[in-house]
Amino acid sequence: MHIFKDTHFDFLRWRWHAIALSALIVAAGVFTIATRGIQKGVEFAGGTVVIEQFDQAVSIQQVRAALEKSFGQDISIQEFGDPSQRQVMIRVAQVGAESGASLGTTADALEAALKQANLGNFRRQGTEIVGPAVGRELTTKGISATVLSLAGILAYISFRFQLSFATGAVVATMHDLLVTFAFLAFFGYDLTLNVIAALLTITGFSTNDTIVIFDRVRENLRGMRRDSIGTIINVAINQTLGRTIITSGTALLSALALFFFGGEVLHGFAFTMVVGIITGTYSTVFIAAAIVSFWRGSAPTRAASHAPATASTGAPPQPQRKQKPQRKARAS
Amino acid sequence: MSNLRWKVLTVLGVFVVFAGLGVYPILAARYHIPAPGWLMDKQLKLGLDLKGGVHLVLRVQTDDALRLETDTEMERLRSELETRKIPVTNVVAVNVTQFRVEGVQPGQDAAFRQAATEVQVNFDRSSGTNGTYTFTLKPNIQVNLRDESVVQARQTIERRVNELGVTEPSITQQGSGGDQILVQLPGVTDVERAKQIMGSPGLLELKIVEQGPSPTKEALTTGGQVPQGMEVVPGAPGVPGEPAGTVYYLVKRVAAVTGRDLRNARASLDENNQPAVSFTLHNEGGARFGKVTAENIGRQLAIVLDGRVQSAPRIESRISTDGRITGSFTSEEVQNLSLILRSGALPATLTYLEERTIGPSLGADSIRSGVLASFVGLLFVVLFMLVYYKLSGVNAVVALVFNLVILLGLMAYIGAVMTLPGIAGFVLTMGMGVDSNVLIFERIKEELEAQRGVRAAINAGFARVFWTLVDTHTAALISAAFLFQFGTGPIRGFAVTLFVGLVSNLFTSTFVSKTLFELALARKHQVATLSI
Repeated sequence: MHIFKDTHFDFLRWRWHAIALSALIVAAGVFTIATRGIQKGVEFAGGTVVIEQFDQAVSIQQVRAALEKSFGQDISIQEFGDPSQRQVMIRVAQVGAESGASLGTTADALEAALKQANLGNFRRQGTEIVGPAVGRELTTKGISATVLSLAGILAYISFRFQLSFATGAVVATMHDLLVTFAFLAFFGYDLTLNVIAALLTITGFSTNDTIVIFDRVRENLRGMRRDSIGTIINVAINQTLGRTIITSGTALLSALALFFFGGEVLHGFAFTMVVGIITGTYSTVFIAAAIVSFWRGSAPTRAASHAPATASTGAPPQPQRKQKPQRKARAS
Repeated sequence: MSNLRWKVLTVLGVFVVFAGLGVYPILAARYHIPAPGWLMDKQLKLGLDLKGGVHLVLRVQTDDALRLETDTEMERLRSELETRKIPVTNVVAVNVTQFRVEGVQPGQDAAFRQAATEVQVNFDRSSGTNGTYTFTLKPNIQVNLRDESVVQARQTIERRVNELGVTEPSITQQGSGGDQILVQLPGVTDVERAKQIMGSPGLLELKIVEQGPSPTKEALTTGGQVPQGMEVVPGAPGVPGEPAGTVYYLVKRVAAVTGRDLRNARASLDENNQPAVSFTLHNEGGARFGKVTAENIGRQLAIVLDGRVQSAPRIESRISTDGRITGSFTSEEVQNLSLILRSGALPATLTYLEERTIGPSLGADSIRSGVLASFVGLLFVVLFMLVYYKLSGVNAVVALVFNLVILLGLMAYIGAVMTLPGIAGFVLTMGMGVDSNVLIFERIKEELEAQRGVRAAINAGFARVFWTLVDTHTAALISAAFLFQFGTGPIRGFAVTLFVGLVSNLFTSTFVSKTLFELALARKHQVATLSI
């Protein structure tokens, strides 16, 4: 079976459209974050989260009414897990003082307010209380981990390939992070530790995808010396298209399984992975490869003074159809 | 042929070892199959988010350790000056690392410097006008003291947690300043007791009472000044036999004995059958205590715990090694107090930065959904590979199973912890793990189309893709390593799963898969087609 046999799509023709689309999404994301803000999870923002299991069913409104008097409007209440478990997750911004053992006083006050409201018996299933100092430290650590991992990848690809390839891969990865952030903002997901873990995983996945295509470009560079880099890249993308679709497909299936069956805690994580896998695949073709083509220009990769040595490399036959010259490319 | 035999043996050997390490203990525990104890000890452990328990992050207030050092040296210099009869107007602490001596008379300069030589081991001296000297704790000593106080705090917490009888606790230092301690107590649900026991300073001091008890602080001072070498300490509320309300005692600043001189402490009853803590001093402390009590018969001895006088009994006779702390304690408080005293005082106060509890049922829910998601994900991937690659798909599925077995085994072997994000890492490893197989198979297809023979196509497919795989895996390992660096608890579990998954995947896709192909083709002489 072969889903894509001997395809000849001119992917690079669409690079400007793709860049415009990406810019639009990122701009919309930045706008959403600037106006509505991105919701930070309790690990980053600090605050108190309790998960209570009630003996009898209670509505979100009842819980809210019970708590509003002492905790104000800024309470987030949601059902947690399977509805039959009657679990409610309550989050408030307050924490007990960060001194001594009093961090948990807000959680106790929450329970006291719930008891007063006569909602029946309940048991605490979990708490998460984070003081403001932790969030600040996590934010710096998260940013430095992302930057360092991008720098590491840049260095490795420059070492194994060339600087132009490394730049393409890293810009594509940054693009993926921005687009994923934008989608997190559109759908109102909290920025939690799990989401950050997923974001860092995406940097790995996106680079992985990019390297596979670049590796093919590198191989083709040896065999197609008369062609422009644009042609070579197009051929490489077409050659690996089947693999790209299948791999992204299976990874996407796994991430979707997590999204639908992985339970409440992994929801944000799985959503981030789903978005990241899609944008990671897209950016490899339209961002990473496009950057290499801009960087290297449209001239033949090597002056065609002698015949290409296809036989000696033993590469599979290159597509015979003549590629159109890349007139549209406004390469620098 | 013999080459292939060795490859098959290697593959089988690896499988048996990792299946034994990773999978067998899980099955043994679940279905009560006998297994050796050392193997069960190696079993893959569940993280706190799956098992339930308490997760606390504490910060050690290392300033306390500096303040203690500064205070102690200041007192030592003060008494040194007294014995040498060098008059000064004031000795006062400036901040946690500095103190100042004021009003040294010009003629006494040399004598003062002589007296201060011992202090200067850890302090830098600078002189000001009018016979003022400022002593500053040396920077390297400051660093050492801070580090030591964190290490001591961690050790003290470890002792206390061990006394609590928690199984498999984890107590580690973390944080950018190195002053945070992460405490994980699996299976513990009573957070309040755990927090109280870990966070109590547990500083016991026995001091001679100069004056008191008195209902006000002012009555104990002369013109608002506490006499030199003395301090005012409040009493604990509700001490029997004392007047109601808070009372104050004027006590000697230097303690006769402290908690450091304790050999043991245990819960007991006092003469009125009230809960109390009996303690025994070790020999050196006992000798010192005997001398002090013999000199002060008829006076009161204040038992000060964490800056509060618990009781102040009259000294009837010389006491050497055994004593008792009485006060208004419940029997539970007495249990906790003796535990705290046995494990020693904290060198500095602790503040809580983060507190997380996971009820056991919450953890069980997470496991259920995580495992369900893994199976669904696995099913999707397996079905796809079988439909798309037919018989070669079987090869990929076998490689996938291998991958999972090695992953479980390696994680058990290195003592990694399985967390909920770790389960997610499992699912993703499966999804991405087949990438290598897909890459190889697609390449083999290309080579087949180039009219090569089946064997040559397989060899070329593996050979050409090998370096691509090395590159992709290295790049992914780089980001997994930084993820590990960044994360705490569950995220680290995820990073470890990802890391180990990448390593095992590289092995299965390049070696196991290839061997399987070779094995399948070994008996046939002429192979015309490949089911791919």
